Amino acid sequence: MTANGIGAPVRRKEDFRFITGQGQYTDDVTRPGETRAVFVRSPHAHARIKKIDVAAAKKMPGVIDVLTGAQLAADKVGNLICGWMIHSKDGSPMKMAPHPALAAATVNHVGDAVAVVIAETTAQGKDAAEKVVVDYEVLPAVVDPAKAQGKGAPQIHPDVPDNTIYQWHLGDQKAVEAAFKAAKHVTKLDIINNRLVPNAMEPRAALADYDAGNDSLTLWNTSQNPHVARLVISAFVGIAPEHKLRVIAPDVGGGFGSKIFIYPEEVVCLWAARKVKRPVKWTSERSEAFLTDAHGRDHVTHAELALDANGKITALRAKTIANLGAYMSTFSSSVPTYLYATLLSGQYDIPQIYCEVDAVYTNTVPVDAYRGAGRPEATFVVERLVEVAARQLGLDPTDFRKRNFIKSFPHQTPVIMAYDAGDYNASLKKAMELADVKNFGKRKRESARHGKVRGIGYSTYIEACGIAPSQAVGSLGAGVGLWESAEVRVNPTGSVEVLTGTHAHGQGHETTFAQLVSERLGIPFESVSIVHGDTDKVQFGMGTYGSRSGAVGMSAIVKALDKIEAKAKKVAGFMMEASENDIEFKDGKFTVKGTDKSVGFGDVALNAYIAHKFTGAELEPGLKETSFYDPTNFTFPAGCHICEVEIDQETGKTEIANWVAVDDFGTVINPMIVEGQVHGGIAQGVGQALLEGAVYDANGQLVTGSLMDYTMPRAHDLPSFHVGLTETKSPSNPLGIKGCGEAGAIAAPAAVINAITDALGTEDIAMPATANAVWTAMQKHPPKAA
Amino acid sequence: MAKVSMTVNGKAVTGDVEPRTLLVQFLRENLRLTGTHVGCDTSQCGACVVHIDGVAAKSCTTLAVQCEGQSITTIEGLASPDGKLHPMQEAFRENHGLQCGYCTPGMIMAALDIVRHNGNELDEHTIREQLDGNICRCTGYHNIVKAIEAGARAMAK
Repeated sequence: MTANGIGAPVRRKEDFRFITGQGQYTDDVTRPGETRAVFVRSPHAHARIKKIDVAAAKKMPGVIDVLTGAQLAADKVGNLICGWMIHSKDGSPMKMAPHPALAAATVNHVGDAVAVVIAETTAQGKDAAEKVVVDYEVLPAVVDPAKAQGKGAPQIHPDVPDNTIYQWHLGDQKAVEAAFKAAKHVTKLDIINNRLVPNAMEPRAALADYDAGNDSLTLWNTSQNPHVARLVISAFVGIAPEHKLRVIAPDVGGGFGSKIFIYPEEVVCLWAARKVKRPVKWTSERSEAFLTDAHGRDHVTHAELALDANGKITALRAKTIANLGAYMSTFSSSVPTYLYATLLSGQYDIPQIYCEVDAVYTNTVPVDAYRGAGRPEATFVVERLVEVAARQLGLDPTDFRKRNFIKSFPHQTPVIMAYDAGDYNASLKKAMELADVKNFGKRKRESARHGKVRGIGYSTYIEACGIAPSQAVGSLGAGVGLWESAEVRVNPTGSVEVLTGTHAHGQGHETTFAQLVSERLGIPFESVSIVHGDTDKVQFGMGTYGSRSGAVGMSAIVKALDKIEAKAKKVAGFMMEASENDIEFKDGKFTVKGTDKSVGFGDVALNAYIAHKFTGAELEPGLKETSFYDPTNFTFPAGCHICEVEIDQETGKTEIANWVAVDDFGTVINPMIVEGQVHGGIAQGVGQALLEGAVYDANGQLVTGSLMDYTMPRAHDLPSFHVGLTETKSPSNPLGIKGCGEAGAIAAPAAVINAITDALGTEDIAMPATANAVWTAMQKHPPKAA
Repeated sequence: MAKVSMTVNGKAVTGDVEPRTLLVQFLRENLRLTGTHVGCDTSQCGACVVHIDGVAAKSCTTLAVQCEGQSITTIEGLASPDGKLHPMQEAFRENHGLQCGYCTPGMIMAALDIVRHNGNELDEHTIREQLDGNICRCTGYHNIVKAIEAGARAMAK
């Protein structure tokens, strides 16, 4: 390991600009003549638009134009789409209702945009937006996914009976039924996976600039995947052909999935910029974000586990209703299906699994991927079932897990996934040591002396990351391939730019990717720049989500570096008058095998460009290589999180007394950054378990519509975390990386709830386990103190 | 329109603003000091924290005209004129106290206020309690807490 190479906790390159206030987020970018877009949004969850009168608004000071859904439709601006086809069990395709960027006929959730004011300033735009008169015929709404399919539920989209988008299933239903019939014991749980609001700290924003001279558009936006945004906006929405649309995602202040998707506002800004022939900027306010950013989770599930007489799991089945909200967001269909049911085997050898998923429309904000996306929901089902089963059988929950762990690899689960490597005992064992499990009883008695109840909860999770082999996801319905691209440009002076199709919004790619290049080429870390987030610079890329940037994005860089090395050897061969086959490359030096003749990387770079040592017939000048890397499998990060809670019996407040995470992420490039990812993931998972929950009233009003009402985890809600690692390398990519971005959010909710239910002695507690919820549960089921 | 003049990062500035202009808008839009961020609209997240006459304040909840004659320090004004970082900035980098960077300016400005109130030897509990007005979605606060503890100590040197 070199000082700045793979495995070193290198301090981040990107930090200087952020700690000095010189980051460039979308709202920081300005264009001459810039105008502001302010949206007029529906106050109703479900209503027919009878009439929109914009006359008064147009006369307001500073107003340039007021545009409506009818004009958008007249201009033939296409609908937003969901890019992953799911077929129902009867073979019929999912029912995707139209999603116009501005509603023209009906509004389907509070916050659905019906018009946009383009004004000189935001304040003027807001004043004018209040003068837009929309005549609504209010219709009945449905918000609860469990009630969306029922008789009497209002029909949201005309061509989607029972509001049912698809009825999908996975696994062998008959075999599972047989296993349940033969079971010695069955554990049953009803689970609600609570709806979450992602709340990246930077609100979404879009700035569209129209160049009339070239009839081209540039969009700056808060995107995790600018190329995919460009593709969808070109190919489906039809705003501009791909070569006439540049999308730039500059510094982006957190994403967590919510900035993957293509949203109405960026479409409208592009459309409006061309109409008013001036740049148009929109920056979301936080309360607007609550009503428009895709939410996460929102599953209602009944799950069962079948066990034999030896405490061995024989089958698992789950029936889930997934709320996809008012419209199908970009990747929404894949989240409760292929990112969920495929992980229901957890870390366990389960011979048979069957899962049914109904996806439904409701009059709520669209739901799509949020940190973990399907895998936290799966982990919660599996880890709650396992914990409860162990308790019901009177077995220690760790012994029960060990009894059922998968122990040999590769392992084919009954739900598609083929796990390639892992050692689940190792992470459990290490976590139990770090958590000092053997003295838990002592601590529990100590808590009892202070009127508190203490509990311990485990979550031995698995996730499928490194998303994903293109052919495999294509066969499952994905509309795109999920490879990644890299271009390595060596400059004549020996410095290097790497263009990547991934995008960083907090993950530190400028640092970790440079570590890889520095080590591989033997050049200073400082001589490497990472370029991302601009479709005019990077040819194509699939972006960052699903913990894919290391496993897939860095693998693409490795492949491009292989090509750089091969060509550089040719150049070095000409320089030293030796055959390229006799050139060895190590630590930044090209040496003729068996001699002391060598040239440095910088010399070779220069000679590649001045091209004095070879003719054009012998070798092309230049040193730049590209790779498109398609992974051969998903990767399977896994680990064990142990949460210890102490609950105040008088207030019901849960304090996290200790948190231990031991994760197997395969090769770690930068342990400092990896630990940071784990911390952040845990915080979001603890948020889901204890604090966060989007609440709609029966009329479809979002009751938790601001940071005053929706509880975000704050510093005093969380402890410091103890994070450890085990390592089994992924055999599915050249670096052995598995991915670390989502693990915490996947593992944490089950660990917290398992700890709370352990403390309380009842399984009757839902997320978020607020002080009120816990206190109420304790009144029903008084806990035994110690 | 109202005339407003104040000192920002040691420089005298003036502007013609609508009376309803918030300090954060004045900083970001009139002065193009975009290091101060807006993360919410309910004074909850703290991404907009600056110092007004040395005291931390949320610039999203302060009118520009309220700051007439006052001295404002933003994240851009923390490092020395020669470019040397403030110890608190350095501590955030050294301790990986930031990921996406969006909450960071507000965190650093709030951290300095915690030091002003509590001195240079801070314990974890104090930091966590007093960071109540700032939200970070990326870090889980673990490394922010470490950074503030280290930064506070470095400031004493």
